[in-house]
Amino acid sequence: MQLNTTHKKFLSNNQNRRKVTLWDKIVHHRYLYIMALPMVAIFIIFKYLPIYGLLLAFKDFRYREGILKSPWVGLQNFKTLFGPEAFQNVVINTLSISFGRIVFTFLVPVIFALLLNEMRNMTFKRVVQTFIYLPHFLSWVIISGILYSLLTINGGFVNKILISFFDLEPVNFLLEPPYFRPIVYLSYIWKEAGWGSIIYLAALASINPEMYEAATIDGANRFQKMIYVTWPGIKNTVVVMLILTTSLVMFAGFDQIFNLYSPPVYEVGDIIDTYVYREYLLKGKFGLGTAAGLFQAVVNLVVVIIVNAAAKKINEGEGLF
Amino acid sequence: MNRSHRLKKITAFEVFNYTFFTLVCIAMLFPLWNVILISFTDYRDYVLNPLMIFPGKITLEAYKYIFATDELLQSLFVTIKITVGGTAISMFVSVPGAYTLSKKSLPGRSILNAMVIFTLFFNGGIIPNFLLIRKLNLYNTLWALIIPMAINTWYLLIMRSYFSQLPSSLEESARIDGANDFTILYRIIVPISKPIIATFILFYGVERWNEWWHAMMYINDTKKYPLQLLLRNMIVQNYASAQMASQYRSSASFVSKENIKMATAVVATVPIVIVYPFLQKHFAKGILVGSIKG
Repeated sequence: MQLNTTHKKFLSNNQNRRKVTLWDKIVHHRYLYIMALPMVAIFIIFKYLPIYGLLLAFKDFRYREGILKSPWVGLQNFKTLFGPEAFQNVVINTLSISFGRIVFTFLVPVIFALLLNEMRNMTFKRVVQTFIYLPHFLSWVIISGILYSLLTINGGFVNKILISFFDLEPVNFLLEPPYFRPIVYLSYIWKEAGWGSIIYLAALASINPEMYEAATIDGANRFQKMIYVTWPGIKNTVVVMLILTTSLVMFAGFDQIFNLYSPPVYEVGDIIDTYVYREYLLKGKFGLGTAAGLFQAVVNLVVVIIVNAAAKKINEGEGLF
Repeated sequence: MNRSHRLKKITAFEVFNYTFFTLVCIAMLFPLWNVILISFTDYRDYVLNPLMIFPGKITLEAYKYIFATDELLQSLFVTIKITVGGTAISMFVSVPGAYTLSKKSLPGRSILNAMVIFTLFFNGGIIPNFLLIRKLNLYNTLWALIIPMAINTWYLLIMRSYFSQLPSSLEESARIDGANDFTILYRIIVPISKPIIATFILFYGVERWNEWWHAMMYINDTKKYPLQLLLRNMIVQNYASAQMASQYRSSASFVSKENIKMATAVVATVPIVIVYPFLQKHFAKGILVGSIKG
């Protein structure tokens, strides 16, 4: 007890009725700041320095001179960027795939959760959950291998069935533009829909069962209960997840697309990130690539802010921030 | 009585529901099974039997082949290094970080939180990150696959919300005994948070295990390729060769390639399937929820 700890000093400061200044508080918490240091360092170096690096969007980057000393070129990079058709096509693809992903995949986890929630056989439910969460932990590399084994024209499962049972010509699904986006959405559902249902299941579990009992007494049927009890219970979660989904609208999932696409489907599958990687990073056009990144980040931030504001309006003041 | 009442009430909806999820489970598992099947089967047999569900004749040729090559073992070793090292570093940075973010009395906490959350919605993008790695001399080192991604912001926020629900009375007695924040974190908070810490060790571990795209950008020495990148390159080669439709009913060399690829995919997946039950035990309890806002 003779240890003269910060805490005691802090207490005695209080006892002396000296006003506790901000500095006292900071000193009192000094170990916490030391603890936070590695995290802060990682954020500053690996998240904020790249944001500073966005300055390159307005520069003609020369490796030897570094970011600061490279000459300014104003908006030249942006003019070049939006000059050729290719980049515009890539922006359109990105938005289409993101939008399609929301339309075709966003509600699947909600439906899974609603249906699972109705399940009374707990063993069966647990088995289902085990299987539908599993694909989330596989990488897109593995999944592209899986898709290849199912869809390849060289004896993939689907083509085997088409040929032997339906007498159809084999289809090179992975290389035909019309099939590319459906494959993207379906494989996304396969990987993430089960996992996505967890958060809704938790929201459903937190609905007070008495609400359902009261609704039953009032003579509500299953459908009415869903509208008047279940939906209000998960609405906020749905809104938050929707905002989070739109917060990636300009990114469209590099990890997935890059593992599934190939030159024959670039016209429908090439997105901003894959284009930047191929055309700007690999070819050393760093200024242009950074301009594309800045455009992407800013548009994305604007979209998030708008969606959040809209959500607040519709959802009685509840948004993400 | 209650039970017999329940048994009678099997509605059409119930029939639909159980059928639906049975089909969903088949859809989840069949593609995985198909990969395992190919890895153990002569690909010619597989192609000629459209409804093959079990291997006719099990062959281990593909596995023998991949484990005899240097490439696979090399990559496996790289992956193990970044998984073990990366997960350890991630935890040593994230746990204390999340703990400080959860301290409501900490001056500057809101600035720290804002700093963390802003990066979820705004980032520098591919090229500035790439140049940074070059500048820091991390290019072509395994550190480039460990340090820049040491923190997953989502995991950090989930840990934060977990720590902030712990009752403050836990710490008070220790504080009166003169313990500092380090002692409190490692002697009191960490031991009672074992389940969530175990969960995040596994989450970070799976993330590092699945690493490929940073490696693709930051590593150019093929000897330092992690397993997933090696596998990716094998698959991409075949995507390209799939353009040659003439290879259907194919040549011997192509046949073995299919098996090798699927066997590699199985090797890359098995560890995940092994840790998966432990993962599920924890996240199924719903600890991961409620952290997004705050």
